[in-house]
This record gives sequence, structure tokens and C-alpha cells, in this order.
Amino acid sequence: MAQNRDPSIKKSFRLIQLWTDERWRGLIFQFLLILALCILVAFIISNTIQNLKTAGMASGYDFIFDTASFDINQRLIEYSSTSTYGRAIIVGGLNTIVVAILGIFASTIIGFIAGILRLSRNFLISRLVGIYVEFIRNVPVLLQIIFWWVILLALPKVRDSLSIGDSIFLSNRGIRLPSPIYEEGSFWVLAAFIIAIALSLIIRRWSFKRQEVTGQTLPIWIIAPALIIFLPVIIFFMLGQPIGFETPVRSKFNLRGGFNVTPEFVALWLALSTYTAAFISEIVRAGISSVSAGQKEAARALGLKQNITMRKIILPQALRVIIPPLTSQYLNLTKNSSLAVAIGYQDIVSIGDTVLNQSGRVLEVISIFMLFYLTLSLATSAFMNWYNKKINLIER
Amino acid sequence: MKNKFLVAIVASATIALAACDGGIDPKAAKDKESSVTNAGTLDDVKKRGHLNCGINTGLPGFAYTDDKGNWQGFDVAFCQALAAAVLGDPSKVKYKNLTGKTRFPTLASGEIDVLSRNTTWTLQRDVELGFTFLGVNYYDGQGFIGRKSLGVKSAKELDGASVCIQTGTTTELNLADFFRANNIKYEPVPIETNSEARAGYLAERCDVYTTDASGLAATKSTFKDADKHMVFPEIISKEPLGPLVRQGDDQWADIGRWVLNALIVGEELGITKANVATMSSGTKNPEINRLLGTEGSIAKWLGLDPKWAMRAISANGNYAEIFEKYIGKNTPLGLARGQNALYNKGGILYAPPVR
Repeated sequence: MAQNRDPSIKKSFRLIQLWTDERWRGLIFQFLLILALCILVAFIISNTIQNLKTAGMASGYDFIFDTASFDINQRLIEYSSTSTYGRAIIVGGLNTIVVAILGIFASTIIGFIAGILRLSRNFLISRLVGIYVEFIRNVPVLLQIIFWWVILLALPKVRDSLSIGDSIFLSNRGIRLPSPIYEEGSFWVLAAFIIAIALSLIIRRWSFKRQEVTGQTLPIWIIAPALIIFLPVIIFFMLGQPIGFETPVRSKFNLRGGFNVTPEFVALWLALSTYTAAFISEIVRAGISSVSAGQKEAARALGLKQNITMRKIILPQALRVIIPPLTSQYLNLTKNSSLAVAIGYQDIVSIGDTVLNQSGRVLEVISIFMLFYLTLSLATSAFMNWYNKKINLIER
Repeated sequence: MKNKFLVAIVASATIALAACDGGIDPKAAKDKESSVTNAGTLDDVKKRGHLNCGINTGLPGFAYTDDKGNWQGFDVAFCQALAAAVLGDPSKVKYKNLTGKTRFPTLASGEIDVLSRNTTWTLQRDVELGFTFLGVNYYDGQGFIGRKSLGVKSAKELDGASVCIQTGTTTELNLADFFRANNIKYEPVPIETNSEARAGYLAERCDVYTTDASGLAATKSTFKDADKHMVFPEIISKEPLGPLVRQGDDQWADIGRWVLNALIVGEELGITKANVATMSSGTKNPEINRLLGTEGSIAKWLGLDPKWAMRAISANGNYAEIFEKYIGKNTPLGLARGQNALYNKGGILYAPPVR
């Protein structure tokens, strides 16, 4: 940067410098490389579009505004057969997201427990977990999805469905739960619920501060749930029970009313959770094993209990090894959810297949699939990268 | 440095796009266009020496492999008849197995010459997707099967029922239309393959199962307690199935259409696989003579040699013979002719006259 200070040298830039100066030369070669790459990509894209047009296969995305004319059994937003294809695809996308999020939760919990138990000194426990892991992760997940579905179909038929207090019904057509009906004043019950969660977070923080100063701990795992359950319940009764429930009733073919969790959803969720959990447990085991034995010995020397050692010393250090491969497992789970089509859970692929069959827009629909999974996966990894950064060891 | 780099990327991208915009040679593009849609498919097929025919990946009766690994079936027979008419040999066919997803792009891109894969003739496919249907070789329709113990006599009494659907055609659309028109509610359970959909129905996940009537008959025949199930009287959709080609090559479409018609007319006139050779040396019936090339010049109009129809019929026989061989009464599918009988035998099968 020294020459910049002298205007006379800067002025004396000669064209030959583009070649003789190493920095300029590097820049030129990089520029040429990018230019070549861009031309190649642009050529491939425009050539493809041209050929598709010639073959009459590129007809655009206008079809998403056409009427879908088919029904969907699980919908999180308003949808009927008179809605558009676009809306049908959104309903499918939300169904995929629901099973992915719930699957990630369940697989993380099962995976962490299994990973820790695998390292247990109890021979029976570690062996049983070992069998679970080896069995589950070596059987194709599609077969597991169909397996769980067939198991659920063996539940009682809908006419002999098991019921709990005539309000929750279990049959091979799913679990039918009462659905809430919100009346005036129900807002305050929900508000109380949210306030209770916020309050418990504040109490937790305060208790940590107090612990740092005085060394005393609060039984936070009792206080928080009690607060979250009882505060809304008290408000609920104070306001004269503003939330009613619509309970399912038996009708000629099916149960009517209430909210139905389909066996297809449960089968998919169980299969994806247990399958991914087997991989996660191995990642957790590797993470824990990567923490040096000295850490554990030091904790024991300080007289810390075993579960505190695990929670406060081993796991936080292991997490730094666990998170990156864990992210890939989350992405796998999300993408594996597309196997739902085999058993009829109406995820984005199942609904998209119907759309492409009816509209004949194969390439367009498949490009929507790709964009959807890409967005979902990038969002997941962005979140996990953020979390990974957050838990990184802060070096002093 | 980073900024310079960015500028370089943007600049080169702009240049590249500009270059490509003018880069496509309009003449070359036009040439390509003509080779995909308008060029003589007939000449291409003759030059190539075999017919590329798109068929199902496997559907009992319609497209399946025999114990020697050769493709057989009701849809396959059309490919063989067409190859016999055009190339003189019914075995000169290369089959391409296509799913519901891949069938249309494969035909549109020119990878196959004809698609004979139980495909319903609809306005949208004919007009908007740019195909030409050659005719109807099977009149199907969507129906329901349910347990007799439901105590239901008609599909209109299914208010509140769960319905298992085999996806892959426009089954879901027909179902939604039917229930909407009759103002009844239902729970759809769309499943991709017949075997899983069947399993769902048998486990009483659903009250009824819906797919094409030809498929229902085949499925019901596999039930252990077939007499406890009934197919409802309603057929809720029209599914005219037939072979199709790309739009834009009228000569090729004419050839395909008349090979199909020749098979149907063959049944009408009593031309069978057994007697076609003797009949082709001349009969008293002028229509037979015209079709089999001893009179008139229809072959010339089509751009084929006079024995084209004789070879098409001798491949697997006439329409009736093909039907009975692959999907008729004495096959596992056991389908009755029903509306697929000739127009003068109680059906609606009707081919225009050969003259």
C-alpha cells in the first residue's frame, strides 16, 4: 500500500502491468475463469429452455392458479377442492414441515438418550441400545415406514374403536381427539400460557444468578411446569371456561367431529424418528467419547454427581463435535419424509404428484419440489450453523 | 479486493448472458424444431429399423413380461401391430417402460414414436399438452368396491366414509367431482401403489376403494372373501384409453389411427390371425379386399405397402383376439367385453369404414 501514498507512482500505471504484475495477472485469470464458467452455465440454461420450448414442454407456471379439483385429508390452512393448485402445494409443503419438525424433536430426544445409554457401564442396557441402533439403521427406511403403517392398521376397526371417556378414540383410522372451540375470553387463557412461559424463563435466569452469588439452587424443574400448567388453568376457570371442546361422535362410517391424527402421519413420524435417532445416537456417542477422560476424572475429584458431570461438563463440550453431523441428520430426515407417498401421507411430493398428473406439468412441479427442499434444507442448516457458533468454546 | 472480485463476477455474468442471447442460431433452432415435431416419423422409424414404443412399467393384462422375459399385453399388442404394419416385423419394437410421471415428457421429447400405456384421452392432453390420440382401444371408467356388510347399495350413500384411492391418473379429481356434485363429505386416503391401497382397504382403513373398473375387477378377483365385497353400480368417470403420438406429424398419426381401426374392422369383418393369409389373396367382400390390399390404393395414401393391414392383424390377431388373449374371460383379469364390444354387439366400439 506504500506506493498509493505517492501519486506519481500511481499515475505511472502502464498497460503491461496487467501482465507483469502478479496481482493484476491473478485478477485477470480469475476474471477469465468466471467468465468462462458463466458462459457455460448460461449456455446450458438457454439451450435447455430452447429445447424444451421446441419440444413443447416449457409451458410456464400459470397452472398454479388453476383449480385443483381434488381433496386433501390433512390441511393446516383452509383448503377445498375448489382451491388452486398453488394452494394445494402449500398445504402439502406445510404437511412436510410438520412431520419434519416433529420428527427432528423426537429423533433428537431418542437419539441423545440412546447415545448416552450406549456408553452405560450396565452391560444389558448398552447391548440393548446397540441392537436397536444396528437393527434400525441397517433396514431401509421405506420398509420401516410401511412396517409401522401395517402395525397401525392392525389396531381395532373404527366400529370397535377404543375410547377414553368417550372423547378420545383410537382405531386404525387414527387417533381422534376433541378439538377446541374458542369462545370469547379464550384469548386471555392463551395469553396466560405465554406469560407463564416467559415468567419461568425469567425465574430460571434469576435463579442462575442467585446460584452464582449464594450457591443455592431452586427446584426450577418443578416450578416452571407448575406455573405453565396452573396459571392458564386458573384463568380458564376464573373466566368461566371460555374454551369448549367438540368431542368426536360415532356416525355411520366414521367418527365425526374433533381432530384426527391419521395413522399415515403417525407411521411416518415414528419411522423417521426412530430411524434418524439411530444415527444420532452414534453421533452423540462419538461426541461424548471425544471429550477427554481427564474432564470426567476432574469432575469426580471435585465431588460432582454423575448426572451433573454429564449435563454440565461432558455434554457441553461434546456438543461442539455433535452439532455439524447432527445437522446432516436433520436434513436427511426432512428429505426422507418424501417417502410418505408410499403410505398416503399427503406431503408435498404426494400432492405434487397428483398435481403433475392432472396438469401434465412434470418439469415445473419437479422444479417446485427441488426449490422447496432446497429452501427447507438451507433454512435448517442456517439455524444449526447459528447454534453451532453460539455454543462454540469462547476462547480467552 | 473483495469488491473488485464482485465487480468482475457481475461484469462477466452480464457479458455471458448478452453473448448467449445472441448466441442461439435461429436457423439451427428451427432445424431442431422440425426434426422433433414435423419431420416424417415414418421415415425415421424405417431408417432406424425399429419402433420406439412407450408402455407401462407393469400392469397385469395390459403390459407384463412373460416367462421368457418378453413384453406382452393388451397395450403391447398395439405396438407390435404397428411395427408389423410399418416395418414388416412385429418383433422390431424397442419398449420403454414409463411411469405416470415420465410418459408425457418422454413422448414430447421424441424418445418414443408412440405411447401405448393405458392413457385416458382428455381435452387437456389432446390440446394443451400437444398430443394426438389415435383412437380408443379400451373404454374404462372409475368405480368403487366396498364390503356388502356396509349395507350400502350405491356410492351416493357414502356420506362420511373413508375412501382409499390409487393415485396416478385423474382418480382423485373424478372422486372429488363426484362427491362435490352429490354434496357429500369423505376422507380421501390416496396411496401410490395398488398393493398398498389394497392392503389399506382390506384392513378396513377405508370403507371403499376406488380405481378404474378394469382394475377393480382384477383386484376383487384376488380377495380371499371376494363374495363379501361388491362393486357399486356407479361408474363416476369416462376413461377412454388409447394410444397417442406427438401432434404435428399427421401422416404418422394417420398410420397409427388406421392400424388401430384395422384391428377393429378386422373383428367386424371376421378377419382373424388364422385366416388373414388366405383372405389376403382376394375375397368376394370388397371392404376386406381394400383393407388387405388386393383392391384400391389405401396403402399408397397412407405411405405404406399394400400388405400393411394383413401384417398388423397377423401379429396378434384382430381386436377381439387381442382382448381375449390378454384381458378377456379366460385370463386372470376375466374382463367381459361390456361396452368394449362392437357397436352391433351391444358395445360402443366403432371404427370408421375403410374406403
